[in-house]
Amino acid sequence: MSQLLEKLTMPAPAKLRDLIRQIRSVRTQAEERAVIEKECANIRGMFRDEDNTYRCRNVAKLLYIHMLGYPAHFGQLECLKLIASPRFTDKRIGYLGAALLLDERQDVHLLVTNSLKNDLNHNTQFVVGLALGTLGNICSVEMSRDLAGEVEKLLKSSNAYIKKKAALCAVRIIRKVPELMEMFLPATKNLLNEKNHGVLLTAVCLITEMCDKSPDALAHFRKQNKMVPQLVRILKNLIMAGYSPEHDVSGVSDPFLQVRILRLLRLLGKNDSEASEAMNDILAQVATNTETTKNVGNSILYETVLTIMDIKSESGLRVLAVNILGRFLLNNDKNIRYVALNSLLKTVQTDLNAVQRHRSTIVDCLKDPDISIRKRAMELSFALVNSNNVRGMMKELIFFLEKADAIFKVDCTSNICIAADKYAPNKRWHIDTMLKVLSTAGSYVRDDVIAHMISLVSEASTLQAYTVQQLFRAIQEDITQQPLVQVSSWCVGEYGDLLMSGQVEEEEPLQVTEDEVLDTLEKVLNSSGSTAVTKSFTLTAVMKLSTRFTQTIPRIQALMDQFGSSVDMELQQRSVEFAKLFKSYDHMRSGLLERMPPLDAKVGSKGDGEEANTNGETTAVSPPASPAVKQEEGNALLDLLGGGPSPAPVIPQMEKPAAPPAASNDLLGDLLGLDLSSPAAGPAPMVPGMTAPQPQMDMLGGLMDGVAAQPAVQMSANNLGIPSLTAYEKNGLKISFSFQRDNSNANVVIITLTATNSTDAPMNEFVFQAAVPKTFQLQLQSPSGSVVPPSNMGVVTQVIKILNPQKAPIRMRIKLTYNYKGTDVNDMGEVNSFPAALWQ
Amino acid sequence: MMKFMLLFSRQGKVRLQQWYSATQEKEKKKIMRELITIILARKPKMCSFLEWKEYKIVYKRYASLYFCCAIEKGDNELLTLEIIHRYVELLDKYFGSVCELDIIFNFEKAYFILDELMLGGEIQETSKKNCLKAIAAQDLLQEEADATRNVLEEMGLP
Repeated sequence: MSQLLEKLTMPAPAKLRDLIRQIRSVRTQAEERAVIEKECANIRGMFRDEDNTYRCRNVAKLLYIHMLGYPAHFGQLECLKLIASPRFTDKRIGYLGAALLLDERQDVHLLVTNSLKNDLNHNTQFVVGLALGTLGNICSVEMSRDLAGEVEKLLKSSNAYIKKKAALCAVRIIRKVPELMEMFLPATKNLLNEKNHGVLLTAVCLITEMCDKSPDALAHFRKQNKMVPQLVRILKNLIMAGYSPEHDVSGVSDPFLQVRILRLLRLLGKNDSEASEAMNDILAQVATNTETTKNVGNSILYETVLTIMDIKSESGLRVLAVNILGRFLLNNDKNIRYVALNSLLKTVQTDLNAVQRHRSTIVDCLKDPDISIRKRAMELSFALVNSNNVRGMMKELIFFLEKADAIFKVDCTSNICIAADKYAPNKRWHIDTMLKVLSTAGSYVRDDVIAHMISLVSEASTLQAYTVQQLFRAIQEDITQQPLVQVSSWCVGEYGDLLMSGQVEEEEPLQVTEDEVLDTLEKVLNSSGSTAVTKSFTLTAVMKLSTRFTQTIPRIQALMDQFGSSVDMELQQRSVEFAKLFKSYDHMRSGLLERMPPLDAKVGSKGDGEEANTNGETTAVSPPASPAVKQEEGNALLDLLGGGPSPAPVIPQMEKPAAPPAASNDLLGDLLGLDLSSPAAGPAPMVPGMTAPQPQMDMLGGLMDGVAAQPAVQMSANNLGIPSLTAYEKNGLKISFSFQRDNSNANVVIITLTATNSTDAPMNEFVFQAAVPKTFQLQLQSPSGSVVPPSNMGVVTQVIKILNPQKAPIRMRIKLTYNYKGTDVNDMGEVNSFPAALWQ
Repeated sequence: MMKFMLLFSRQGKVRLQQWYSATQEKEKKKIMRELITIILARKPKMCSFLEWKEYKIVYKRYASLYFCCAIEKGDNELLTLEIIHRYVELLDKYFGSVCELDIIFNFEKAYFILDELMLGGEIQETSKKNCLKAIAAQDLLQEEADATRNVLEEMGLP
């Protein structure tokens, strides 16, 4: 009695409404926290006192507090007490609290399971509904096992309100514990005969879940239950039936149910011609009859398109589907355009031609005001580029690139480069495209693009003059785009003599003097905007120009001296070494700085997509970043020079220059610090592509190649008159070598391997490997294929490059593996009969 | 299926959160914070969808409130917009031209209405009439219970 009195005298706690008002009236976060802490303390106190009167109000307040992001877990048990209360208000708030405050890991789940079990058997439908609703939202694995039986009973209830909720609970239970599916299978049988849309909808959802989870269930519904005709009938009724206000959404009859059915049809028709056949007509009907002016109709069309694309549908239907997406692209609603692009992106692989027809619309989406749409349009545009449309598409995409948001530029540039590489109609176009990319979005290209561009230029011997002039023009105007400056520097260094030659087709020849070229490069070197890597490129270029220019050597030498005191160690080291080259080793200079042989673009492009760096500050362009590669180069050099008496007499007399000895990763350091005594021993086996030089490194590597070439008297190219030779002939496999001398490096022999097969069966998985003694360097490029076709019907070719600096007689060991009629064949051989013309 | 639904104001205040798959409280807060920031930063002319982690996010602004749903990759985002719209219609019918304040002060009602439309991340009822009927009937049950209670309270009895 005294307790009761106490309660009566105590003021009732604030109402929920008042608390919300109070919280809304505070001005600062701190005040809000204070109000809430005070309220929480009150609530805790009342929970502790086992107050029953205001429990519901307190839990409701706590739920509000929880929504604001404050901790409210201490209300969990109170929720359970509310659920157990007989009062409907208590139950309603209690179940809401359980859904919001409990998560799957709580032990309180055990307690809630008991209450749920009671309420699932309650005689008021709304209490059962509350229990089902909570179960469907928070059901855990244990609850699934404990309550699946109750749910199954309710699924057979005659009350539609309970039935639909039970069906969705069953969905949740199957998601949690798939093996409980069998329990619900019989109950699904009659669900599709219901008239109530809620039950139909949830039943379709349940069956979809079963089909999705188990192939057996899928087969069961396809065959025994005649599911497809049933669904077709329901769908037909939906679209044929007149206006039914209850289920109508802007003139479309129950879009929610339609979409659900279309989705189940997709599962049933996938990889099943019979089922697909049975739904062809209705899909065509939905696709043609659905109202398209509103989002709701389009949501159905969209689902229809997805279904058509996924099942084994007739080709006419597929074209219809792609055309729907094409129409979507012209829709005013940005959401629909987005969905269309997304779906086209998914189907572009299978229905390329149908999608190609909408190319111009897709390209127009590149100008869409919505960034997400532009992104999709860009991806789709790249997927549509082929050799027929590459010129037009690239024009659009480069135009897009100019205006594109910064976040697109990286992807866009590298995709343009890949596409240009794949579909370039000619080298001139390819180089022009790359030039445009570099000058429009120079700062956004990946590092591999730089290497790629450089090798591209170095391969295109007839376009070098044109390219170097264009590139030079570009950096005369703008030296802020680092990759552009790097490529330009490399090219100016390499082909500086062509800058003045004036011999360029079409274009107006560049009128420039040696001093002007050096002015520009010096500007780069002194610009605070240039990165260290760029400066390294440029410094090396200036040095190379000392052998290409005639009147400005003293200026170059002065520049080197000036940078000898650079604060950047890399630059300092380089310029000190370069300066040393002028003073102590001037006789070697022209050899060292000789023009590079054409670089292999394929090797450079290998790194595609791996290095995502956008500006060359940290990647392998700069030597210190990749000691491993550097080491390899050192070794390569060792191989080159290590073969005993060398015809390059100057090298052993060289002394270590005064360069900082600590920086061991520099070229000259390696070059001069070599252990020349290491003898050549044993063949050095090579696997195709493994040791091909990285073009990125060739800025320095160029010097090295120069060393290799240095002792040689320049020999004119001699491709004729060297007879081919049969390297191997056994079991119908014939391998012949034909020879060529490299124009730019007399020490390089290019061997083209041709493998033919005179048997009647193909030789699969054909792999050719070769090894040469250590005095040589060998590079195997990737073969044209791995299958040698039978009856001499075709060939596999592969290019082998051998660097032979010592002009020694070439010897080669070869190893062959292939699969012939299911058996693996391995063989080895030695080729010693190379014509002497190759090294003399 | 829908993974969760969020309602939040232009100031980034959460007005309703319903989660259809078990998520840790900490994780929930992180997700909400991130999504609210992303969506509030989007311009009106952008489309209503974004790809975020393994979900597709569908959102739409109605007056001062953002309605935001996370759905799975295979779900229909255009239909999700219809679900959001249906929910807004239900709120509107229930409150009579709903505004943000209605949802703030009657947040539990907003949950009850959502729970008659959706269950376990799937839509359960496509008839507006049926949804509202169920809500009205339950409100009535509640009033009956509270009426007896009020009489007792007036008498000073728990």
